[in-house]
Amino acid sequence: MATASVGVRSVRRPRPLGRRIRSLVLGIIGYTVLLAGALSMLVPFIWMFFTSFKPRDEIFRMPPVVWTTHYTLQHYIIALTRGHFDTYFKNSFIVSGSTCLLTLAVVCMAAYAFARLRWRGRDITFLIVLGTAMLPGLIALIPTFLIVKGTPFAGGNDMFGRGGTGWLDSYPGLILPSVGGGFNVFLVRQFFSTLPRELEDAARVDGCGEFSIFRQIILPLSKPVIAVVALFTFQGSWNDFLWPLVIVQSDRMRTIQLGLTLFRSQHSVDWGVLMAGTALATVPTVALFLAMQRYFVQGIALTGIKG
Amino acid sequence: MVLPSHWVGIANYQRMAGDTLFWKSLKNSAYFTIGSIPFGISIGLLLAIVVNSALKGRNFFRVVFYLPGVTSTIALSMVWLWLFDPHFGLLNAFLHVFGIPPQAWLQSTSQAMPSIILMSIWEGVGGGMIIYLAGLQGIPVHLYEAATVDGATSWQSFRFITLPSLQPVTLYVLVTSIIGSFQIFGPIYAMTDGGPAFATTTIVHQIYINGFRYFNMGYAAAQSWVLFVLLLGLSIVNLRLQVFGFMAE
Repeated sequence: MATASVGVRSVRRPRPLGRRIRSLVLGIIGYTVLLAGALSMLVPFIWMFFTSFKPRDEIFRMPPVVWTTHYTLQHYIIALTRGHFDTYFKNSFIVSGSTCLLTLAVVCMAAYAFARLRWRGRDITFLIVLGTAMLPGLIALIPTFLIVKGTPFAGGNDMFGRGGTGWLDSYPGLILPSVGGGFNVFLVRQFFSTLPRELEDAARVDGCGEFSIFRQIILPLSKPVIAVVALFTFQGSWNDFLWPLVIVQSDRMRTIQLGLTLFRSQHSVDWGVLMAGTALATVPTVALFLAMQRYFVQGIALTGIKG
Repeated sequence: MVLPSHWVGIANYQRMAGDTLFWKSLKNSAYFTIGSIPFGISIGLLLAIVVNSALKGRNFFRVVFYLPGVTSTIALSMVWLWLFDPHFGLLNAFLHVFGIPPQAWLQSTSQAMPSIILMSIWEGVGGGMIIYLAGLQGIPVHLYEAATVDGATSWQSFRFITLPSLQPVTLYVLVTSIIGSFQIFGPIYAMTDGGPAFATTTIVHQIYINGFRYFNMGYAAAQSWVLFVLLLGLSIVNLRLQVFGFMAE
């Protein structure tokens, strides 16, 4: 990376005065544009926080009150009590946390089996797993819904998955369909394949079993890729909307994203409470991003997706 | 809640051919895609070039531009719904400063889609920036050094080294953006629910409405297949780029 950060600018040689002035002017213009851009990125976030702390009568005023001296937490209190955002937040946390942990377990073990173990049909299975990464997730929406609804013995279903609602409107229904991911398996397998085999061979000579090798040698060496998968899975699950929208029916199972969209159906929107709820939905992933920027950048470069 | 199923042959596909809303949703999806991608890509590239230079506080700018990328689309949609509010929204207040009359934004049939496009560009430029940044950092420095020795101007370096080197990255960004744009749903559902007068209904919005509001799963599944076929070629290109791109590292 040492060479990589050297940009176009730094390789130029000293130039005549005229060109230096020109580049100075260009620099000032560039900086101004950049600052204006950064400001326009931040203003929606800032406005969200301002609105969430402003008293009601100041929210509905034109021209808008930018600086308020009457900060209030009432919108947050309303959101968390009457608005049920305490439940929505908890649900989102349970669903994202479980999805993340289960995904790590499944993906790492599958990746180990594809990278290190020898078994019949391994390569063709790997191709099939990778092939699932090719489908836009949305294509599987309706089949997945019908499968979750037809889960045997769940939600009043008989052994053929008929008669009840299966895993609709439940934690397993929210969590399990999002666990795994073909592209995650691919990423982790590629990483495992680059690890030297000498350590494992030595451990095997010492009588170490297959699972201990996986747990005590491979996993500790693979922290970077595991961090990327964990971050993106948590973030993707926290921000997921379409799947919860489709399977959640009762208020006590709503995730925070679903809670936000409830406001749209109101006759007149209570913007203060809505912005408080939006702030609650925003803070966890933004905090995670700020704390673990390095892994995010790595991950985006690898996968190129919005989590 | 799901109606009993029976075999209908190709009835769902025949119905689709005469479904004006489905055709409208295809057109809207194309409108959204064509309206957002050129801006998204060019601004993303521009930002990447700027934050790749030896600039004070470049890490700050990188973080700021990518901030919407980690935030949920629904939360951002709610914030923009508030910004777009015709009576008390910040955007109309901003226009007022320049003497421009208030706009209806999402509540006008002609402005609703451009408003959603504006919000989506804002949301997506950071992602493009980071991918282009990775691409820029992969260009060997000696190319620029050789060009400078030969007396190339910075514009020529950009035109004949940077741009051609970024071609694979551009293809990748283009393909993933098209796939993503054709699947836009969150902002549509949260901000307009396809309205006003179906001006913003997209393919996925139609799939959702048919499948989960009218509980016509068969018809919705048939529409999903159309979307799948539309995106299949791009998905294959995308997977190849991802897989081989990774292997090349």
